[in-house]
Parts: sequence; structure tokens; C-alpha cells
Amino acid sequence: MELISALLVQMMQMLLVLAAAPLLTGFVRKVKARLLRRRGPPIIQPYRDILRLLKKEVVVADNASWIFRVAPYVIFATTWVAAALVPTFATGLLFSWSADLIAIIALLASARFFLALAGMDVGTAFGGIGSSREVMIASLAEPAMLLIVFTMALVARSTQLSVVADLFSTFGVGLRVSLGMALLGLIIVAIAENGRIPVDNPATHLELTMVHEAMVLEYSGRHLAMIELAAAVKLLLYVSLIGCIFLPWTLAGPDSPTAAHLAGFILYLGKLAALGFMLAVFETAIAKMRVFRLPDFVGGALMLGLLGTLLLFVSRSL
Amino acid sequence: MAYGLSFDVAHLLAGSLVLVSFLMITQHRLYSLLNAFALQAVLLSASVAWQAYVQHAPHLYVTAFIALVFKAIIVPVGLHRIIQRLGIHREIETVIGSGITMLVGMGLVALSMTVMLKVTPEADPLAREDLAFALSVVLLGLLMMVSRRNAVSQVVGFMSLENGLVLAAAGARGMPLVVEISVAFSVLIAFFVIGVFLFRIRERFDTVDVQALDRFRGERR
Repeated sequence: MELISALLVQMMQMLLVLAAAPLLTGFVRKVKARLLRRRGPPIIQPYRDILRLLKKEVVVADNASWIFRVAPYVIFATTWVAAALVPTFATGLLFSWSADLIAIIALLASARFFLALAGMDVGTAFGGIGSSREVMIASLAEPAMLLIVFTMALVARSTQLSVVADLFSTFGVGLRVSLGMALLGLIIVAIAENGRIPVDNPATHLELTMVHEAMVLEYSGRHLAMIELAAAVKLLLYVSLIGCIFLPWTLAGPDSPTAAHLAGFILYLGKLAALGFMLAVFETAIAKMRVFRLPDFVGGALMLGLLGTLLLFVSRSL
Repeated sequence: MAYGLSFDVAHLLAGSLVLVSFLMITQHRLYSLLNAFALQAVLLSASVAWQAYVQHAPHLYVTAFIALVFKAIIVPVGLHRIIQRLGIHREIETVIGSGITMLVGMGLVALSMTVMLKVTPEADPLAREDLAFALSVVLLGLLMMVSRRNAVSQVVGFMSLENGLVLAAAGARGMPLVVEISVAFSVLIAFFVIGVFLFRIRERFDTVDVQALDRFRGERR
């Protein structure tokens, strides 16, 4: 009985991330449009887009190999599993003990690997450009993310997200400058990984600037729907990750009553809205960077992660 | 680990000092460099004031006040005016790329921490930590002096090096006030001398890029 209810909560979480992801994307787009004094598409537009894409037929290039056809499903599956492991409204879910933060990074990295492969598979110039840029950004963002994880693991003595969130919600860690650095670094990594504005413009199809869009240019129909949904889920994952580590007070514990779960659920939606709003404001306020300046920006996250780890190392070894 | 709030706040302030040092290394524009320097001075004065509060050493408040007035207000404003008079508020060139500079800086921070933690096993943890951070601020200031060509940013590197010295002195308990004040005044005088020199270099070579000096000495083609 206990197992069934735990499984139910976990299923709820998986369905929640899937259902809420396009909503978050739509919300960010709407806020951005309103900030530019445009009306913007309705918030549910991403759902409509995905449904329409699912109904359309798939056009595959003649020289596409099996990788091109398999990649969208692999990308979607790995991203979804990774999102299911991040505590959204409750900690200590059934699956959360099977994989820690490093496993989540590995899942996202394999999704990126397949996306880059698929971009190069057909052999168009755009796909190649997009893949090489994506890998360049990832080669800096991924070590930065790992260092941020090490910083948190040094404070919490665990890489399990549930343990980290439980510890951080009790104020038991004191005042740590390293955690501030980790937060800044995590925000930079999240922006870079999701292709948001200073790094990549998610709304553009201008050849010289695009990264993510260049890789998926050849996709259509249900394949494109899978990739778009995976991108939305990835954005939700990073927002929930920041929410669960740095605003952990709204999470329901593993054996708290249903009411606490319900409250955690509502507060989670509030967190999503607040962080999504901040993302939209940030994106509106800043201009896209040149590609060759990106290493400085993402390297900043790497530096913050490294410095945070070093500072913790000092205070730990005293 | 658990030294309570006083340790945590000192850690926070000294850690931010190191972070601002990194910020200064990566700045490409002179004005933002000066702003970062002013921020570092404010953080330094807060850090010294916290040491004064923790150590119950009222003379350190004077040090904090001197740091606030001289380094956070007078020197940045003066450099601002020098930059304006020289007309060089454009991008500064770095000798090596910012990525490499950052990596070297990381190495220096790691080095100073390992060295300081090895050398001072018996000291008070608060002082040890301040010394480790102060050494990294000093080394980062030196790094900035060697990695920049522009004479003004070299001056800023020198001043931030001095910030590190003050941090070390505040953590070490018992630097007399006389030394403190004389150091502050010598820095101010150095600032004036350097300012005069900047204008002389400019008059002679039409630039404050110190590579011109190398060429003049015949060291480079």
C-alpha cells in the first residue's frame, strides 16, 4: 500500500513536469511580449503548437540515418527522466533515491550528445554550425555545473537533491558565500544550457546567431514536437532545480500529509511563475552576445564554481 | 567548521573580496574596472570593521574609515578624472586572453590557500582564513599588474594589492595605528606620483600603453 502511494506521488510528479513545461514556456513568452508592449500569443500556445506538430506528417531527408529518427525520442526520454528526479513539490520521492544530481547532469549531457549528433547527421551546414556551437558552450557549462554540484555537496555532504533541500530548508548551513557563488553560477549555466537570450535567442531563425534552432532545422512533425517538448521540460527542470536548492522551504517532506503536498504543489506553481517572470525581465533587459564572447560569460560560471569550492575547502580545512 | 556567526561573516566578506579581485581581472573597460575597485575598497572597509568588532580593537575602526575614505572615494574619483583628462575611456587590451588570465588567477588562489594553510597551523582560524584570502588578493593584484598594458589599470592592480595587505594586517591582530596611517598616506602619495608620471608618459609617448616604454628601451622591435 505504501509502495503504491509512493509510486502514485512519483507518477504525479512526472505528469506534472510534462504538463507544466509548455505552460512555463508560454508564460515566459507572454511576459516578454507584454514587456515589449506587444500582446503576444496566449499562454497555452505551446500546447497547440505541439499538438499540431504531432498531427503533421514527418519529412525526413533522403540521406538521414537511423540516428536522425531515433534522436528525438532519446532526447525527450532522457530529459523527462532527469526532470522526474528533481524535487518539484515534495522531497523524498520514490525515484529520487536511485539517482543524484550528477546522474541528472549525465542524463542531460547524453540528451545534448544525441542532439549534436542529429544536427550533424543530415550533413547540412547549419546543423554542423549549431552542433559545434552547442558543444563549445557545453564544454564550459558542464564542468561549471559539476563544480557547482561539488560546492553544494561539500556543504550538504550529499549529492542527493532531497537531502540537500532538506538541509538547506532548516537554515542549518549558516552564512556561506560559496552558496551565493553557486547560485550565480547555476543561473548562468541554466541560461546557457537552455539557449536563453545572452547566449542564444530561442525565437530567432537568423542563421548567424542561432545555436539550438540550427540543430533542429531539419526536423518536422512529431520529431520536432518531441524536441520542442524536451526543450520546454529542460527549462522547467532548471527552474525547479534553482527553486528546490535555493528556495527549499515550500517542499513537502516525504511522509507529510496530503494537505502539505497540496500546499507544496500550489507554492511550486508560484515559484515557477516568479522565476519565469524574472527570466523574462532579464531577457528583455539584455542584448544577445557575440558567439566569441560566450566563453567569457559561461567561463564566469566555471570561475564561480571553482572559487566557491576553493573557499569552502579553506573553511572546511581550518 | 562551526565557529558561529563571526567566522561566517568574516568568511563572507573576505570571500567577496577575492571574488571582486577576479571581477577586476576580467573587466575590459577602465570605468568598470574603477567601479570594481571602489566596490573592493568598500568590502575591505566592511571586512576590517567586522574584525574590529570581533577583536574588540577600536583602532581597526580607524583603519576601516581610512580605507573607506581614501580607497573607495578619493582614489577612484581621482583615477576617474585622470582617465577623463587622458581621454582613454575605451577598451583596454590585455596581454594574455581573459580565459587564460582567469585560469592563472584560479591557480594563484589555490596556491595561496594551500601555502597559508600549511604555514600557519597554530594560528587563530579567523586570522588564518584572512591571511589566506589576503595572500590571494595580493597575488591577483600582481597578476593584474603583469597582465595589463595600460598604465592606469596597472595602478589599479597596485592599489588592489595594497587592499590585500590591509586585509592581512587587520586579521593579524596588533598592527599599530601609526603603521596603518603611514601606509595609507604612502599609498596616497604613491597615487599622486603615479598620476604625475602618467601624464609625463603620455606627454613623451602620446600613449599610456607601457609597450611603448619597452620599444623605447629597444627591448622589442
